[in-house]
Amino acid sequence: MSAEESPISSPILSVKNIEVIYDHVILVLKGVSLVVPKGGIVAILGGNGAGKTTTLKAISNLLQSERGEVTKGQIDFNGERVDKLTPNELVRRGCIQVMEGRHCFGHLTIEENLLTGAFTRRDGRKATAAALEKVYAYFPRLKDRRLSQAGYTSGGEQQMCAIGRALMADPSMILLDEPSMGLAPQIVDQIFEIVRDVNAKEGVSFLLAEQNTNVALRYATYGYILETGRVVMDGDAKSLRDNEDVKEFYLGVGGGDRKSFRDVKSYKRRKRWLA
Amino acid sequence: MDFLIQVVWEGLVAGVLYALIALGFVLIFKASGVFNFAQGIMVVFAALTLVGSYEKMAAAGFTGFPAAMASIVVSLAVMFALAWLVERLVLRHLVNQPDIILFMATFGLTYFLIGFGEAVFGGDPKIMITQQLGLPTGSTEFRLPGFGPNGKDGLVLIQHIDVAATVIASLMIAALALFFQYTRIGRALRAVADSHKAALSVGITLNQIWVVVWFTAGIVALVTGIMWGARSDVSFGLSNIALKALPVLIVGGFTSVPGAIAGGLIIGIGEKLGELYLAPLLLGSTMGRGVESWVAFIIALAFVMARPQGLFGDKIIERI
Repeated sequence: MSAEESPISSPILSVKNIEVIYDHVILVLKGVSLVVPKGGIVAILGGNGAGKTTTLKAISNLLQSERGEVTKGQIDFNGERVDKLTPNELVRRGCIQVMEGRHCFGHLTIEENLLTGAFTRRDGRKATAAALEKVYAYFPRLKDRRLSQAGYTSGGEQQMCAIGRALMADPSMILLDEPSMGLAPQIVDQIFEIVRDVNAKEGVSFLLAEQNTNVALRYATYGYILETGRVVMDGDAKSLRDNEDVKEFYLGVGGGDRKSFRDVKSYKRRKRWLA
Repeated sequence: MDFLIQVVWEGLVAGVLYALIALGFVLIFKASGVFNFAQGIMVVFAALTLVGSYEKMAAAGFTGFPAAMASIVVSLAVMFALAWLVERLVLRHLVNQPDIILFMATFGLTYFLIGFGEAVFGGDPKIMITQQLGLPTGSTEFRLPGFGPNGKDGLVLIQHIDVAATVIASLMIAALALFFQYTRIGRALRAVADSHKAALSVGITLNQIWVVVWFTAGIVALVTGIMWGARSDVSFGLSNIALKALPVLIVGGFTSVPGAIAGGLIIGIGEKLGELYLAPLLLGSTMGRGVESWVAFIIALAFVMARPQGLFGDKIIERI
């Protein structure tokens, strides 16, 4: 299913058939298309190396500094073509990425980390202070730790810090890469609850890349499944949750009549989706 | 006793001046995580530009304080151009590369500046335009009753330029420390030092930050060049003082502005005291010239073993 056929009326982000090549030779994305509606939470799912992170970086333009390049296709944010902009220009337009593995500034305090998120803002100290209070309201834990060096805080606190830092830029869309990585299930739920909360109250749209399909499909409204650089399936969260193949490959349930791992693998090979 | 005071004072002044050089390194290290080998030659280059442009103006009949100020403006413009070019031609292409590659790039920059500087200004030593800049010259002798040998009055000689250097350097260091700690750009500089990628992701423009950092390091280099130039002369040999910055940085910590000051003072005073007390002990002579040159490195070695991040350096944070 291509982007045009998707039943989504006013997208904040639309990615059309992009191809990404690293180092001029390594073809990573082979024509990925997706749309995120205004105010939506959309998940990109898939295993290691499927191209989830590359897709997000292609959108946020962080690829440029990693020798990656969008060679085909087009990315529109709020109706404007953005695939040739710098990350700074994109952040100023309201689209910011929270990278995989948090990447907090370890030697800065939590509060300083949050303040760096406001780097691109031009609306003065008062607005920044108000934004800071808002972030502390969503993440009370960060307020307790505000004077700790980020490097000494826990993984969950760092993830909160990274999301809070992105919120400081006053974005209309956050690209969230693998927020559950390395966190206890309880913390993962806590973080996704806050994501849903921010989405509902601030109207921020989210595009998240997740390996944890189970959690992602509980919070997202729509999902795309990526395999080796292609979208192999997409649909609203409920239909994906109920799909037998998704259940078996990504949720680890179903496929009851196949007992041995070898059977599963051959089944998967036969059923590999063609896009 | 008066001799000791004299020696400590000289150590203090040297320490402040070391701190000034170290500061140039700290700035660039903080923002790009790279040891800028070119900082020493930047000091010489800035000082040469200052003296060179003053000479040009003097040849055209424009002399004195106004001409000196005009030369300062010219030098600042040149340092800004240098910062901009370094970003454009070197740093921009090395984003996300290993630190060692950036380090090697600063080697290249060093040799380029030596060659370029010689081509433009010639290789002869020049005299710093101390008086024209309005900096004090001359010295004052202080009598300290009862501090001399055998209960006589002691004498301590203080060069006015040293006092001026200390004051100017202290002000500059304080200003930079505040800039780093409390301003938006200062915070962004520290963020860039921690992670280029994360800084990019929140919309910090690395290019702009690097120009700011290298320009600031250029200003520091100019001030350092004036102060060191006023004490000796302006020649390419001056770039060797950059080597003294290394022990200062190890003692104070590579990432800390206060560390640069503390390290500078410890090394400056340590050197002079080493000369005073260690030389007779080791060599049996009262004025062991050789001692001064290696005491700093011995102190640094002790710090590397006891406290690798230096006195005020960022603690090495690693998640295991």
